[in-house]
Amino acid sequence: MSHHITEVKDLHYIYPDGHRAVNGISFTIHHGESVGIIGANGAGKSTLLMLLMGIIFPCVGEVRVGEVLMTKKTLPLIRHKMGMVFQDPDDQLFMTSVYDDVAFGPRNCKLDEKEVEKRVLQALEMVGILHLKDRAPFKLSGGEKRAAAIASVLSMQPDILVMDEPTAALDPKSRRRIMKLLQGFEHTKIITSHDLDMVFELCKRTIVIKNGEIAADGPTSEILVNEELMDACGLEIPLALQSCPVCRKREK
Amino acid sequence: MNSITDSLYNLRLLDDLARKETRIHRMHPMVKLLVTAAYLFTVISFGRYEIIGLLPLILYPVVIFILAELPVWPILKRVLLVEPLIIGIGILNPLFDHQAVTLGGLEISEGWITFLSIFLKCGLTVTAGLLLIATTGMDRLAAAFRMLGVPRLFVLQLLLTYRYISVLAGEVARILRAYSLRSPGQKGIHRNAWGPLTGQLILRTFERAQRVYQAMCLRGFSGEYNTGGNKRTGTGDMAFLVIWILFFAAAGVYNIPMLIGSFLMGEYR
Repeated sequence: MSHHITEVKDLHYIYPDGHRAVNGISFTIHHGESVGIIGANGAGKSTLLMLLMGIIFPCVGEVRVGEVLMTKKTLPLIRHKMGMVFQDPDDQLFMTSVYDDVAFGPRNCKLDEKEVEKRVLQALEMVGILHLKDRAPFKLSGGEKRAAAIASVLSMQPDILVMDEPTAALDPKSRRRIMKLLQGFEHTKIITSHDLDMVFELCKRTIVIKNGEIAADGPTSEILVNEELMDACGLEIPLALQSCPVCRKREK
Repeated sequence: MNSITDSLYNLRLLDDLARKETRIHRMHPMVKLLVTAAYLFTVISFGRYEIIGLLPLILYPVVIFILAELPVWPILKRVLLVEPLIIGIGILNPLFDHQAVTLGGLEISEGWITFLSIFLKCGLTVTAGLLLIATTGMDRLAAAFRMLGVPRLFVLQLLLTYRYISVLAGEVARILRAYSLRSPGQKGIHRNAWGPLTGQLILRTFERAQRVYQAMCLRGFSGEYNTGGNKRTGTGDMAFLVIWILFFAAAGVYNIPMLIGSFLMGEYR
């Protein structure tokens, strides 16, 4: 894996209706870092992810991935390096079988079918759903769908994984399984979530967004415990750090 | 309400069947497409009074059903769905075309014969089409179209329409569920709600389709739908093609039941 830096400089985005969703965001994410992007609903997280992936282009500012400036021309190159897992796996899985879905990306890269097969099996193996390869995606459970969606991105062999709410709508065991899986990846990870406990466990660094601006950027262990900051940004400290609901005492 | 969720599952039946691994399924998609096209051509080339000549052509779907190990009833059910349309078209034939013919001592109008012929032709052609999808799958079928030189845009249109049907049906199911839960004791949808519901549906499907499209673009989609390696045609494929085309040609040129009949009669004499 080559050395990759994701650099965002003074990003601004205004929606056609005049809503300023992203208002001067800058940060640099280094190779192998795992970063949580958190914020209240409507803070601008999803817009930021779309800007990072080049689904929309900023009005002002720039995104650089591994020294490459994101423009319409460099998009294919950048999308090879970055893979995004959508919040709703159903948006991502649209082929008739899990295998074909995971093979969709590699096939678009015009790889020969042997290499495609190798990558698909490898990706399915990594997320532990090799046995589901011939199943239809719509027949999978929520957790399996999520794993398949992650596999469909892994098969592109990206260096950077961008994930929108990877643990949303999962039962506790499936959530834990996905978290373990993500923990095992060496990729650079950019995760947006409201599941602050997950961010606390998985991400060393956290960026808090409020009204399209960065409210805080630093080590997760310092940011997520800052009750005042979290409250001001429409968030709460992770449940694991809150008072015990039975004895009303905070665990130290 | 349930019916739309059911039909969503039924919609995928052909996809499920297409994933089977029989000799017919493994055959080259282009060969199957050509055989089906030849079959359709043969069936519709029969005159409107010819019913006996059509009968040998039933052999093709029967053989495919057996070799591809497909369940007969679910597929025939889909054929029956189309038949009312044909009945609507053909039912007036007996009224307009009432020249009488004698058939085995029974006098009936020629209109009934043309009606029966339309009914049979429709049944055979629709069955052949469904069998093609159930043994090949939409993706491989699209690959076959591309190999035959059908423009990329048309093939893409076909594939995406097929894909989005389920997206659309899923949204419909969700909207209807939400509606029915808040309108107890009401049958169907009140006409006041038709407008907003359809509007909602269009907006939702647009949004959903856009997200699916974005997901495709992020995985390198650039307008060409790649459906995997296209294997070469083998001798088995060629034999399948040649044998069926010869059979169709024979059925089109000779009246096989009549030949068999006269042959047997000749033997007995």
